Amino acid sequence: MKRRSLLAGAAALAAASPRISLAAAGKTRVVFWHAMNGALGAELNKLIARFNASQATAEVVPVFKGGYPETLTAAIAAWRAHQAPHIAQIFDVGTGSMVAAGPAVTDVWKLVKDTGVAIDAKNYIPSVRGYYTLADGRMASMPFNSSTVVMWYNKDAFEKAGLDPAKPPATWPEVVKAAEVLKSKNAAKYACTTSWPAWVHFEQFSAVQNVPFASEADGFKGLGAKLEINAPAFVSNLQRLLDMSKAGTFKYAGRDNTPDPIFYSGQAAITFNSSGILGDLKKSAKFKWGNAFLPYDPAVIKTPLNSIIGGASLWAMTAPHRTPAEYKAVAEFFAFLGQPAQDAEWSRTTGYVPVTFGGYNLLKSQNYYTQNPGTELPIQQLTRGHVTENSKGIRLGQMPQIRVIIEEEWEKALQGQQNAKQALDVAVQRGNTVLRQFERAVKG
Amino acid sequence: MERRTIFPGRLLPILLVLPQLALTIVFFLFPAGEAMWSSLTQVDAFGLHTQFVGLGNFAGLFSDPRYLHTIWRTAVFCASVTVLSLAVALALAVFADREIRGRGWYRTMLIWPYAVAPAVSAVLWVFLMNPQVGLFGRWLNGTALHWDYAINGGQAMLLVIIAAAWKQVSYNFIFFLAGLQSIPRTVVEAARMDGAKGWRRFRTITLPLLMPTTFFLIIVDLVYAAFDTFATIMALTQGGPGKATETLVVKVYRDGVINLDLGGSSAQSVVLMVAIITLTALQFRFLGQRRVD
Repeated sequence: MKRRSLLAGAAALAAASPRISLAAAGKTRVVFWHAMNGALGAELNKLIARFNASQATAEVVPVFKGGYPETLTAAIAAWRAHQAPHIAQIFDVGTGSMVAAGPAVTDVWKLVKDTGVAIDAKNYIPSVRGYYTLADGRMASMPFNSSTVVMWYNKDAFEKAGLDPAKPPATWPEVVKAAEVLKSKNAAKYACTTSWPAWVHFEQFSAVQNVPFASEADGFKGLGAKLEINAPAFVSNLQRLLDMSKAGTFKYAGRDNTPDPIFYSGQAAITFNSSGILGDLKKSAKFKWGNAFLPYDPAVIKTPLNSIIGGASLWAMTAPHRTPAEYKAVAEFFAFLGQPAQDAEWSRTTGYVPVTFGGYNLLKSQNYYTQNPGTELPIQQLTRGHVTENSKGIRLGQMPQIRVIIEEEWEKALQGQQNAKQALDVAVQRGNTVLRQFERAVKG
Repeated sequence: MERRTIFPGRLLPILLVLPQLALTIVFFLFPAGEAMWSSLTQVDAFGLHTQFVGLGNFAGLFSDPRYLHTIWRTAVFCASVTVLSLAVALALAVFADREIRGRGWYRTMLIWPYAVAPAVSAVLWVFLMNPQVGLFGRWLNGTALHWDYAINGGQAMLLVIIAAAWKQVSYNFIFFLAGLQSIPRTVVEAARMDGAKGWRRFRTITLPLLMPTTFFLIIVDLVYAAFDTFATIMALTQGGPGKATETLVVKVYRDGVINLDLGGSSAQSVVLMVAIITLTALQFRFLGQRRVD
């Protein structure tokens, strides 16, 4: 009696287990591994449903794989087991690894050539597309969810300190002065902080100021790139932040997005963070906030250039026995994403920037930007100036490790163990070792 | 006289041992073998180019002063977690062993933390100790201590040691309690009748009789501190600030999964494996010699 009920229970459990959604019979099945959870995941599912409903030959099946590092590792492991997904969403710092992946991926330009589906690189906004192209401009992966970094500030704190909330600081010396005023008037617990320390103050800094992050055009031209972040512009910027820390006007609060809560809770008056936090601020901030262009250093450049995008792109992966029909379905999905209506809808619902001119213009014509203050600033920052070798993006292998190295040396400097110049010299030396390892491993 | 169960024939014992053998081969021997092979190669993430480099990865590891610092840091971390965890557990076990009201409830409460998953306990510690949003951490941040483990390496190390030790106290507590209860009452009473005070009794009778348990727990705690604290450290400090809390196992994950340096990461895991095998072999040797029957 007991055993029977146990077996019955096991059978019921097996029947009730969630089913992986299977494509309808006859349609080409395209598996799409992504890292979008929560509200973003829900929007992605809607987007994919729209694609599936728009045509009858292909069906995209989304699978949530966890965070960005997990998705990359899973995609690599799957390819090694000959079971790679058709599409994988890989974050920006994984681009170096994917470009070096050789036969594991099919570049977008090759997809276009093989399948005949029309995807024109010229439709994509240069600073968005540039991160994911080869040195000669051909598209390697499809830009998808892109954001950039802007300066966010607490307007209430600015008012309390007697600063004009409609005129945020535009240059670094102005930021230093504003922070001092904020501190002296006790307008906020921390005058200034930052999220993503290495991304903002090194990678974005190099683009906006038009100084190279690494040689070989930031790594686009070859694997022999060497880091150049101990150049005077970077050293003086880091020293400025270290001096501000000592003066109590800048708070280093950790890596990646760990420092986010400090601004959300109103404890910091100025921060630097992804443009994508707009949605969270709208929902939960209990103070008036605004965003502004990243500050620039007038001693280095007079008119700042565009910033770089962050986020992720979509890579078409290969597998043995993958049919031309499947690659065509992938290409059609990529083309669908670039349609102005789809691009605009994705941008509007998620807060990511539009990746095509069509999408951007559509949003402008719909008065989306005039009705939603703060939403156009990131795309304006991405389209200002002209894209140079230094503002196209960074194409280095092992970027996550290099970011950690920069942050580790910064943290050591904060503890008084070294100054900015020493920190960056060590970071360059450690980073170059990593880059040479990557070069050796990839070249074989 | 020892009790032994003798099995007739050879087929039955082999069949009974086979499942465990299969598990050991599939989940330990095979991956360990792959790791050892991988540690002798330099390979790119996708496995497209594999270069045999012999002991090059190991040479690179041991000539890197940072790796040697990490070994030292891990040793300090493991020793601290073990000592702290054992001391607290022993004190609690001694108190819970007494004839007091509610001792059953105390024992149950003290064993509960063992069931908490390491990552969950780490998040709870963040909610307690984070200098900006933590219940306790916010207050500490305002004191002269300037509690902020995102920039102070020493404080970060202290926090992960305490968080890791806390998790292991329950496990040690159970064993110590059992060990205390296996001490014959007659010996303790004889000592009491001879006039030995509490601390003297503890030092000369209880502690020596607990030695086998203690030694076993030392080994278990060292292995726990070396491996199972991965989730705790990653959730609390991710190895920062500036490598202050990066133990060997955190470094293996960082190099293998995040940095995709499979050769170097495999070499590190082989080093860890050799260290743990040595430790366990030592334990068997000593335990075998010090059997108190």
